[in-house]
Amino acid sequence: MTIPDVIRPPLSRPLLIFIEAHSGQPVSRCNQCGKCTAGCPAAWAMDLTPRQVMRALQLGLDNDVLASSAIWLCLSCQICSVRCPLEIDVAKVMHSLRHRTQEDKTHPGDKNIARFHGVFRGIIHRYGRIYELGLAGLNNMVSRRPWAHLKLFPAMLRKGKLPMRPSRIKATAEVKNIFQKVAALEERFSTPSELTKGDR
Amino acid sequence: MAGRTYAYYPGCALHGTAREYDVSARLVCQTLNVKLQEIKDWSCCGASSAASLSPLLGIALPAHNLKLAAAMELPITTPCAMCSYRLKTAAHELKDEATARQVSEVLGSAVGPEVTVEPLLQVLSEDLSFPIRKPLTGLKVACYYGCLLVRPKSVLQFDDEENPQTMDRLITALGAEAIDWGLKTECCGAGLPLARPDLVHRLAYRIISLAQRLGADCIATACPMCQSNLDIHQKEIEAEHGEKLGLPIFYFTQLLGLALGFTPRELYLHKHLTNPLPLLRAKGLG
Repeated sequence: MTIPDVIRPPLSRPLLIFIEAHSGQPVSRCNQCGKCTAGCPAAWAMDLTPRQVMRALQLGLDNDVLASSAIWLCLSCQICSVRCPLEIDVAKVMHSLRHRTQEDKTHPGDKNIARFHGVFRGIIHRYGRIYELGLAGLNNMVSRRPWAHLKLFPAMLRKGKLPMRPSRIKATAEVKNIFQKVAALEERFSTPSELTKGDR
Repeated sequence: MAGRTYAYYPGCALHGTAREYDVSARLVCQTLNVKLQEIKDWSCCGASSAASLSPLLGIALPAHNLKLAAAMELPITTPCAMCSYRLKTAAHELKDEATARQVSEVLGSAVGPEVTVEPLLQVLSEDLSFPIRKPLTGLKVACYYGCLLVRPKSVLQFDDEENPQTMDRLITALGAEAIDWGLKTECCGAGLPLARPDLVHRLAYRIISLAQRLGADCIATACPMCQSNLDIHQKEIEAEHGEKLGLPIFYFTQLLGLALGFTPRELYLHKHLTNPLPLLRAKGLG
């Protein structure tokens, strides 16, 4: 990200307001102690560390946050959330940011991870359960790396770790219905205050 | 624990990459008189991908399964750390009225938060007086819990968030030695081996090599993702680091099963990619 010589926080910070409402987490309270980053197992791979994500949100550097790889690399291991002395659930903030990129159609900061989550959801939508061989194959296709992980396949197939056929549930229609209704609800309550009424 | 009946939620991985976890869990539960009734037509909990992109979907998918278990009037148990985390989180979030209203709109009927969910590790460690036939004497085990069994405590209410002891006590009760180490709950890279193998390999290498340097003969896990990240990818990690690791990665149910007298084959130990049989033979356990 580019850091201007003098950071003048914009008067309105729409992303900060959205994220605080959507996640229910008081991001503005973060005092930059850095415990989240110190404990984060993926911080070394991130463009913005978790602490920097929080600061960028406070400063209104919305595009930098939404385009960062950090929000995708977060493994949701929750070490940041349980160590935060101000009890801010940082992992939940990361989830809300990912959700926001979906709504905004922002170009994800880590395409491979964003695509993987999409493929994973697609498999659940179709079969009601995860079909691992299908997940791996489809993920290779959409990420245009058809030969990725291929070395692992023979041993896993031999050990019976990758069933060829999906374990499909009977009530696939019910699961599809869940997806559909969630999408409809999220559209209806696209303003965060509606979606997060009550303390979430 | 003994004599209790649970609604069993195996989770998707236990039908595929983690079949040995399912097989060994069922064997030890049968021996210890813990009855498992599989939830009929259970569906995926959504894992991290559903919740990542849509918080509501991340609650609705597990809530659908909570509803199925509620109809059975039984507490849920699941061997998978991710599933137990998602199910427990959903039950917790359903305590919020607005969320409960939205979820019942999605599912077409109300789901209460009252269904209890216990990870299998918790169920099997309630009573540690196991009928041991073959003590695991001389085996040094690094107990690896991963993140989602213990964090966040405010929701999961199970053991310490960074230095849990439940599995250590269980392993010690089997006659083995549980080593003390610092990466018990460090993340292994979770569900990202397909998307970012580089990240997973680096995290898994740290965990495996520390356990080994501290003298562990093997690692015990309670999560299909932890096990597969440490086991299935170990050969690739060895190649990247030019270092032979060869550290067997067990499910805790397999070690429990060995102590209860089951054979390695019955416990599907031949399914692991890092062969544990030489270690077991060397310790007189194979």
